[in-house]
Amino acid sequence: MSGMESFASLFLVVCTRAALIILTISFLLIVVRIVRGPTLPDRVVALDMLVAVGIGFIAAIGVLTDYYLYIDIALTLGLVGFLATVAFARFVYNRGTAGDKSILKEVGESIARRKAGQ
Amino acid sequence: MSALYDIIVGLMLLVGALFALAGAVGVLRFPDVFMRSHAASKAGTLGSGLMLLALAAYAHELDVVTRAVAGVIFFLLTAPVSAHLLARAAYMAGYRPSAITRIDALEDVVRPGKRASGGAGGNPASGKPAKAKTAKGKGTPKTR
Repeated sequence: MSGMESFASLFLVVCTRAALIILTISFLLIVVRIVRGPTLPDRVVALDMLVAVGIGFIAAIGVLTDYYLYIDIALTLGLVGFLATVAFARFVYNRGTAGDKSILKEVGESIARRKAGQ
Repeated sequence: MSALYDIIVGLMLLVGALFALAGAVGVLRFPDVFMRSHAASKAGTLGSGLMLLALAAYAHELDVVTRAVAGVIFFLLTAPVSAHLLARAAYMAGYRPSAITRIDALEDVVRPGKRASGGAGGNPASGKPAKAKTAKGKGTPKTR
């Protein structure tokens, strides 16, 4: 029984550390997309995903350290991320329909990519 | 009993992190905004929601469990809304899907009479009237 309990606690610690490592890798992949992303909506999508990964970080650290204060921050982060995505979506829509120069340039590049077949 | 809880929490954390990794790989490798939004909204929400549920199962306190479950419900409600809003805004602004999306059925509704997706005109000069059309043809979807 005691052996089982010690195995379970060790398993939990190993799983939490592995989850933190995996989340770090996915964080870096999303940052690569934010830096490289050819268009503005690509970057906004990656930012939305970054918020989700941050919430996962908060949950994993809460399990690792028995310190549950940060879950309020996770809730607030989700709310702020949602509002930021809505604001960016309205920005893209309004600027795109108003004929903003940089957005029209990106739209032209996306049309060219579609025509080139890639 | 506590050992069983620990193992379940560890597995939930690991599976949630793997879902987040799958979403991140999708965001990195898919070719256009719409597919990337698909990967980010579905896999990302499932990953973070699963990890919050793991925290709720690990903490034997009622307030932490309530807040974690409320957070999961909140994410499940807001992720489809924001993903759809962003993808619709991008499409209405004129961003085209990549060429892997063979049939773009929305184009006839949003930009009627344009038909750029047929692949008939291969010259890059025909991208110019497409831009003029997108700027002009915006009134009809807005009023609907």
